Amino acid sequence: MGSLRLPDTVMDTPRPLRQPAAVPPPVSAARRRFINSIAAAAGGGCLLALGAGLYSRSASALPAQALRPPGALPEADFLAACVRCGLCVRDCPYDTLKLSDLGDPVPTGTPYFRARQIPCEMCEDIPCVKACPTGALDRQLTDINQARMGLAALVDHESCLNFLGLRCDVCYRVCPVIDKAITLEPQHNPRSDRHAMLLPTVHSDACTGCGKCEKSCVLPEAAIKVFPRQLAQGALPAHYRKGWEEKARHGGSLIGEQVEMPVRGFDGSTAGRAPTELPTAPSAPVAPEAAPAMPPKATLPVRPAPRGGLDSHWKP
Amino acid sequence: MAATASTSSRSLWQRQRWLILRRCSQALILLAFLSGPWFGVWIAKGNLSSSLTLGVLPLTDPLLVLQTLATGHLPYSSALIGAAIVLAFYLLIGGRVFCSWVCPVNVVTDAAAWTRRRLGIKTGRVPDANTRLWLLAGLLLAAALTGSLAWEWLNPVSLLHRGLIFGMGGGLMVIAGIFIYDVFVASRGWCGHLCPMGAFYGLLGRKALLRVAAPARKACDDCMDCFTVCPEPQVIRPALKAVGQTHPLILAADCTTCGRCIDVCDKQVFKMTHRFDQRSE
Repeated sequence: MGSLRLPDTVMDTPRPLRQPAAVPPPVSAARRRFINSIAAAAGGGCLLALGAGLYSRSASALPAQALRPPGALPEADFLAACVRCGLCVRDCPYDTLKLSDLGDPVPTGTPYFRARQIPCEMCEDIPCVKACPTGALDRQLTDINQARMGLAALVDHESCLNFLGLRCDVCYRVCPVIDKAITLEPQHNPRSDRHAMLLPTVHSDACTGCGKCEKSCVLPEAAIKVFPRQLAQGALPAHYRKGWEEKARHGGSLIGEQVEMPVRGFDGSTAGRAPTELPTAPSAPVAPEAAPAMPPKATLPVRPAPRGGLDSHWKP
Repeated sequence: MAATASTSSRSLWQRQRWLILRRCSQALILLAFLSGPWFGVWIAKGNLSSSLTLGVLPLTDPLLVLQTLATGHLPYSSALIGAAIVLAFYLLIGGRVFCSWVCPVNVVTDAAAWTRRRLGIKTGRVPDANTRLWLLAGLLLAAALTGSLAWEWLNPVSLLHRGLIFGMGGGLMVIAGIFIYDVFVASRGWCGHLCPMGAFYGLLGRKALLRVAAPARKACDDCMDCFTVCPEPQVIRPALKAVGQTHPLILAADCTTCGRCIDVCDKQVFKMTHRFDQRSE
């Protein structure tokens, strides 16, 4: 024990240790041991701390199904600011938020929620943000509709009941920002050829990522899911302009009127036409720029010859 | 060892008084956080990292705020005020009072030390006691370099306290690891040599008021009970044997003011006092 206790006796006066280099040959065994132990302590300490630091970096990617509370800073800043106190968890009236445990895929001790378990109910007074003592949840968020906890994405078009032609609509109905964050977009149902599909469509400018759509999806595994924004959202190159938006903004095409080329080889076919162009809706208002190159033919009621695929050949 | 086989005439209360008081302190602090989720009576919300007591008193771990500042993030004033209150308390009362009267890991490592004594394990390899200071510097460096509270991924102190309040699974492995380490590898290895939080509070408490002293040191019969039971045995000798000092105060920053030496001493050599009480009998 003597050799082990030695450093303790001189712990409060480490300064003389700097000098041994100046004192020539007779470096005592005790001193050598002591210097070794200091070196081991320094090396071990720094290794452990930096190891923890590196581990934290490698594990700081949030898993796809874990969402941060409203007002959370961007993930890297959040991990600097959040002290893992759980005050947001305590003030959440719906027990939505949880603190992660060591070994969870979410950084230890930080708050998160899983939409499919308990979604965010979007309290108007945002108590979780008010509770945060450090600003990891930013108090500049005062309107919960501006929260961006994640982004919903209808990931499974094969299972979504609305894609199958049913009128489930549950995700649309429960959306707290209904008709802005999720709309139902009517599409022709080519399978029956006479019904519409109303496709739930998420709009990133309004979706808060609360997760109510994922929670309430009636399927055993949700077809619509909420992901952290950077996972769910693409981005156009910054220089891209949408022609139709620019046209509306400037009252005309920015590159002048274009020559309309005739379309050949599709006489009598509905392919490649917008719904408004279809012969079955000749009275629909048609935007001038979308005017068909070929006027609809007079022989409207004649159905095209049976082809494979889309036509069920059912006649009333 | 003699400490556990005391054939004292003193009552159980006299022999365990400070231990019982410390355990009550640790349990009551935990209960203040748990009364809300358990009984719906909210006294303290949060955990030792940051809390709000009775809706008005913010308390924040100053070491955590220091790490947050090292990452470059300036916390809101409630965290800064909370850290200032905690800082003032431990500067005034005693830095490592946190370790023995508040920290939940203390119960684990005390149990490990007791187990080690009971099993009569004398072997092992103890790291240098300065390791904790290097760890402290390392975790601040890690916070600055990684831009995140890197130590909080692993910190057993916050891990256990948070886990006890909010539930834990994987964190138990770390706590079990510390127990096994303290029993089989290093006597008082975690709290006495490695824990950077203890090192931080030790630095805070260098001029703190609350101190253990050995005023009746003439009565010492060298039974070694106090050395056996003390988590930082090196702090006793200067006061008890007047090595390098004449007064009987234990002023070393490593002393956790746990009072265990007072409990186990049959000669009642030690007492709890303040740092200006230099009387000895």
